[in-house]
Amino acid sequence: MNIELSGQQQLLTVRLEGELDHASTGRIKDELEAELMHTGAKNVAFDFSAVTFMDSSGIGMILGRYKTVKSLGGRIILVGMSREIERIVKMSGIDKLAEIY
Amino acid sequence: MTNNFKLEFPNLACNEGFARMAATAFILELDPTCAELSEIKTAVSEAVTNAIIHGYKNKSGTVILEGNLSENTVTFTITDFGEGIENIEMARKPLYTGSCDSERSGMGFTIMEAFTDSMTVTSKKGEGTTVTLTKVIGKGAPEND
Repeated sequence: MNIELSGQQQLLTVRLEGELDHASTGRIKDELEAELMHTGAKNVAFDFSAVTFMDSSGIGMILGRYKTVKSLGGRIILVGMSREIERIVKMSGIDKLAEIY
Repeated sequence: MTNNFKLEFPNLACNEGFARMAATAFILELDPTCAELSEIKTAVSEAVTNAIIHGYKNKSGTVILEGNLSENTVTFTITDFGEGIENIEMARKPLYTGSCDSERSGMGFTIMEAFTDSMTVTSKKGEGTTVTLTKVIGKGAPEND
């Protein structure tokens, strides 16, 4: 799993590449939380266009970041999801908490 | 046609990817749709992740993944010899998690159940858990629903 972080004003964009599972979510959480603290951003956009697989570990990771940005008054944005990933996201109800494009 | 395999590996997180790739490769000869491949890959990944995380908590242990193929029906059995599940009915409920880790979604069993034709869970406290996932391949599963 490759993680690429880029910030613009109050939006932190997280471009993920590869398979998103329990083995990779811990590193994403650590890097993202550190970057949020460092930049002062309060909104997070996950770009899934290069993610080839995601299971419920990814759901847990997104939910964790939702809690973080909610406490900052920010929002979560999900873009570029495949049909398979979007199906899991909708099963979990995250689509009601995040903005999806 | 019948076929089967058995894999035994330590409960390392890196083996989740190994297990789901083995499971998807095993059903390729049935010419599954992309949706069926994705569902098997995800369901097996969920079961193996549960075995690694919840079965053994922070202890070392062994996970066994078995695959059986009979005609167009595939069955995967995932076994751990860890702590076991005290209340299976509760564990199968959506959003329930037996982990203190706030990053767990509690969606594992829900996804396994949704992505297969049947799921059974047997467990004994202190002895471990076995999850059996069965799916018929090629019955015209929708690409998306």
